[in-house]
Amino acid sequence: MKIAITSTGNSLDALMDGRFGRCMYFVIYDTETGATEFVPNPNKEALEGAGPASVQLVASKGVEKVISGEFGSKVKAIFDSLKIQLVILKDPHITIGQIIEKFATQKK
Amino acid sequence: MKIAIASGKGGTGKTFVATNLFYVAVKNGRNVTLADCDAEEPNVEGFLQGKPIRKKTVSQNLAVIDPEKCVYCGKCRDWCIYNAIICLEEQQKIYLLEDLCHDCGACLVACKFDAISETERRLGTVTTSVIEEDSVLTEARADVGIYSSVPVIKAALTASGTPSLLLMDAPPGISCPFITTVAPADFVVLVTEPTPFGLNDLKLSVETLEQLGKPYGVVVNRDGLGDHKVYDWLEEKNIPLLMKIPFDREIARIYSQSLLVAAEDDSYAKQFLLLLQKIEALCKN
Ligand code: SF4
Ligand code: SF4
Repeated sequence: MKIAITSTGNSLDALMDGRFGRCMYFVIYDTETGATEFVPNPNKEALEGAGPASVQLVASKGVEKVISGEFGSKVKAIFDSLKIQLVILKDPHITIGQIIEKFATQKK
Repeated sequence: MKIAIASGKGGTGKTFVATNLFYVAVKNGRNVTLADCDAEEPNVEGFLQGKPIRKKTVSQNLAVIDPEKCVYCGKCRDWCIYNAIICLEEQQKIYLLEDLCHDCGACLVACKFDAISETERRLGTVTTSVIEEDSVLTEARADVGIYSSVPVIKAALTASGTPSLLLMDAPPGISCPFITTVAPADFVVLVTEPTPFGLNDLKLSVETLEQLGKPYGVVVNRDGLGDHKVYDWLEEKNIPLLMKIPFDREIARIYSQSLLVAAEDDSYAKQFLLLLQKIEALCKN
C-alpha cells in the first residue's frame, strides 16, 4: 500500500508538515517495498485551491492513506469519495522517519 | 466622497456609527447613500425604515461537468488556473469544486467532448430603499452558505451609484469582503472598543489599511469600559482619534429599540455632525 505523508523537508529527519494543501513536500511511502519518494508540493503558494490541487497530486500517485496534521472539509469529502483513508496526527514534533517506523512496525 | 465604516469584529458599533452619520448627513440636506456591505449580516435596515424600490438578484455562472460524456482526459483540469477541477484519469473520477470556479470559461473551451456546460447560481440580493428624498439605502444580502459575498457587495456598490456622500457599512474582519468594501473609500472610520480585544483587532485593521494606503481614523465606542491602552496606542502611532462615544445605558437603550441616538438626543446629533466634518477636513488634506 502507498501512503502519502506531508513533510516540512526532503529527508526522513524532517518534521511532519501540519498543513495538507500547503505543505512543503509530500512523501510517498510504499509499505511493501519500503521505498520513499519526496515530491515538492507545487501548490504550496497557490492563491486558491491548494487543497484540491494537492488531492489531485496524491490521488494520482495511487495512495490509499494520507497522513497530515489537518484536512479541510472539502478535501476530506473528496478523499472520502475516493475511499482514501485520512490519518490526523496532532504531534508537531514527529519526524517522517518516526511515522514510517510506526507504520512498518504496525504491519508486523 | 466615500466613507467606509469598519471594525475588526462585529458588535463593536460600526452600524451604530454608520446609521447616525447617515442621519445627520440627511438632516443637513446631503445627497447621501448608505450601502450596507455587511452582506452576511446586514442590519442597517432595522434602523432606517425606508420604502424598497428595487430588488435585484445577484448570481454567477458556474461550470458543470456531465459525467456521462466525460472521458477523463484531464484537459479541463490542466486549463483551470483556479484549481477548481480534479480529474483522476486512472480512477475515472472528476470533481468540480463550485466554490473555486470563477466562471472563466477556459474548461468549456478545453473540453472536446462537450461534457462541460454552464449553469447559474444565486448568490444573494441587493435591495434599494428610499429613506428620504435624496437619501437611499442599498443593502447587500448574501445567501446563506455561499463561498464568498464579494460579488454581492460589488453589486451593492454598483447599485449605490455616485451620490455626493456614500457611506459604507463594511463587513467585519480584514478578509476579501472587507477589502472589497474599503477599496473605493476615500476614508475609513475604524470603530473599536477600549479593551485588549478591541486593540488587538484594531491593530490588524490598521495594518491592512496601511498596506492599502487608505487614510483612516478611529472612533472609540463604549469609552470608559476598559482601559487606556487603545488611547495610548493611537497617540503613539499618531492615528487621529475622531470621536469617543461614552459607555452609556441610555445609548444602549435607544439602540436596542432600533432607534437612532442622533434623532433622540440633540447633543449626539451635534457630535456626529462634528465627526462628519472632521472626516471631510481630513480628506481634504
Ligand atoms: S476535458 Fe471534458 S472529457 Fe476531458 S476530463 Fe474534462 S470534462 Fe472530461
Ligand atoms: S470555468 Fe474556469 S474556473 Fe470554472 S472550472 Fe472552468 S476553467 Fe475552472
